[in-house]
Amino acid sequence: MMMDRFMRVLMLADYNTRIVMFGTVLLGIAGGVVGTFLLLRRRALLADAVSHAALPGVVGAFLLAVAVGTGGRSLPVLLAGALVSGLLGMGCVMLITRFTRLSQDAALGIVLSVFFGFGAALLGIVQKMRGAQAAGLNSFIYGSAASMIRTDALLIGLAAAVVVVLAALLFKEFRLLTFDPAFAAGDGWPVGRLDLLLMSLVVAITVLGLQAVGIVLVIAILIVPAASARFWTESLLVMVLVAALIGAVGSYLGTAISALAPRLPAGAVIVAALGALFLVSFLFGGSRGVVRAMITRSRVIRRTVRQNLLRVLYECEESGLDHDADEQMRYLSASRRWTPRTLRRMLRRLEREQLVYRVPGEQRQLTRTGRYEAMRITRNHRLWEVYLLEHADTAAAHVDHGADSIEHVLGDALVAELEEAVPRFGKTLPQSPHALVQEEQGGGS
Amino acid sequence: MQHDAPALHIRDLTVAYHRKPVLWDVDLDVPPSVVAGIVGPNGAGKSTLIKAVLDLVPRTSGVVEVFGRPYRRQRRLVGYVPQRETVDWDYPINALELVAMGLYRIIGWCRPVTAAYRTRALEALEEVGMAEFAHRQISRLSGGQQQRIFLARALVQDADVYFMDEPFAGVDAGTEKAIIAILQRLRERGKTVFVVHHDLETVREYFDYLVMLNMRVVAAGPARDVFTSENLKRTYGGRLTLLDRAVDAIGGSSS
Repeated sequence: MMMDRFMRVLMLADYNTRIVMFGTVLLGIAGGVVGTFLLLRRRALLADAVSHAALPGVVGAFLLAVAVGTGGRSLPVLLAGALVSGLLGMGCVMLITRFTRLSQDAALGIVLSVFFGFGAALLGIVQKMRGAQAAGLNSFIYGSAASMIRTDALLIGLAAAVVVVLAALLFKEFRLLTFDPAFAAGDGWPVGRLDLLLMSLVVAITVLGLQAVGIVLVIAILIVPAASARFWTESLLVMVLVAALIGAVGSYLGTAISALAPRLPAGAVIVAALGALFLVSFLFGGSRGVVRAMITRSRVIRRTVRQNLLRVLYECEESGLDHDADEQMRYLSASRRWTPRTLRRMLRRLEREQLVYRVPGEQRQLTRTGRYEAMRITRNHRLWEVYLLEHADTAAAHVDHGADSIEHVLGDALVAELEEAVPRFGKTLPQSPHALVQEEQGGGS
Repeated sequence: MQHDAPALHIRDLTVAYHRKPVLWDVDLDVPPSVVAGIVGPNGAGKSTLIKAVLDLVPRTSGVVEVFGRPYRRQRRLVGYVPQRETVDWDYPINALELVAMGLYRIIGWCRPVTAAYRTRALEALEEVGMAEFAHRQISRLSGGQQQRIFLARALVQDADVYFMDEPFAGVDAGTEKAIIAILQRLRERGKTVFVVHHDLETVREYFDYLVMLNMRVVAAGPARDVFTSENLKRTYGGRLTLLDRAVDAIGGSSS
């Protein structure tokens, strides 16, 4: 039975659900698109101030409509009120930042709290009034997609579509504005007016989202999809598309769940869905996700440590300090401050790779492949050291360290250039330009 | 376009931030086809001069003309390279897309960047030796490479007068040479280039025209005439007492 209802909602079987879905999904798409530019313009919290500043407008418009005698529950009227007071709030933020020494975050805090407080007080008074059908106004605070009527949803959807079309037309201009406003102004673009246009689209989304998502949470449909999209791509176009997709999916899930459980506030459900998508993006995003970064990092670390160990093994053998297992272990652990445990673990790994072998109780030896690899690494390191000494005026005491930090990322092309820069070694392995035994005493470089 | 008029003409330019003057009564006439250095100590108003010319900061007073007509009517003749630190290099954009921004005003409102424009942007990247990095995200470029693509963006603007704000700041020696070569090519094509510059040692080598600035114009003219120890002292005077001898040495060796 429950499953049946669930499927009916998800498959949009009801005409009503279909219309509401049309409105919220388009709103989600528009929020993702406009939010991307808002995020890149670094004005994310301005949207929050605008949405909170809209509350007195909503209640004021309701009062006005009741006074005129039109009933008061007309969404276009309420949204018009929200628009006026939202814009007023944005204007106040701009005036405060321009004419006082307060920073923008302080101005945002002032406008957000004062407007919202004023609106909440008004709302309290309205709800005490007898006869007024003011109960619905509460839905503006946390949002209620389920209470949307068909014409409202259509209105929201169409307006959101207009916003998307405008943002698409101005894609190039918004990219210029958000990336380099100084260059844009020097290039003759009306930066002030473009900025105003972008902020108007932000206000439009905020106001349109008031009923479905609510004043408190509407900022989420602008910020969360855009922030999530950033983890997946390094291209603005793709970022806009991904943000739109995430916004659409979030709205769809939120609206569906809210339709099944009408007592859940729709805004909260939409935001929870968006939050889940953000978490997935943050962890698994193909471009900047945490997991991917961790894998890359641990790969680099492991390769670095492995190369260091191979080189130290080779240098130990070269200095003739590997007569027995104890002497060898002393040399190895002194050279890098590796703890004996780490050292044994790393050596076992090399043994598994068959780069190193050992007869139990005796010192470790490099295998044929191991020695070849170790010599290659040592050669790169020394070529680089000589290069630093001769071409970069690096002090002798610092070359080992300097070479250390870069040798692990030397590609074949760079090594070839190195060979050209210090040609006298040909394809041979040069002697270390500094004493090796020093490493043992100095414990490091 | 009257090419007999000075490339840049400034009369009585004054700029103030929060009522504190930054530039005082600047008068300047710079002929076309020169690479002009703008030098002066920190806080001398070098960047502000460029920004005031480009209308990026409000002027308290003054007139700016490019080739004999008010700047506002000559915007299309002017190209700009802002300081590298002014933008977010983490922005989702690659080198080619960044360079194509210089073509936006030619492309016009609401029209997309088509393949023909991308080809032009790629040619500019080739000119600054960055073609192989066209599709790389900009945060994965070195400081010198970032500066080169900024320069490429200005090149596609195809302007007659360029203003470059510290293009040599934090770049490697190779990039510095490459930029200088491009500036000289621009001059050969009859362009005028203004460069905010810090390194006094290279002034004689890089510039044929010099504006020495310290809130007002201390001296302006062909570099070989105005780059004297006397002018250096007047420009940097007081702030560089310890470096007086260095100033003497640089000025002396070049005259």
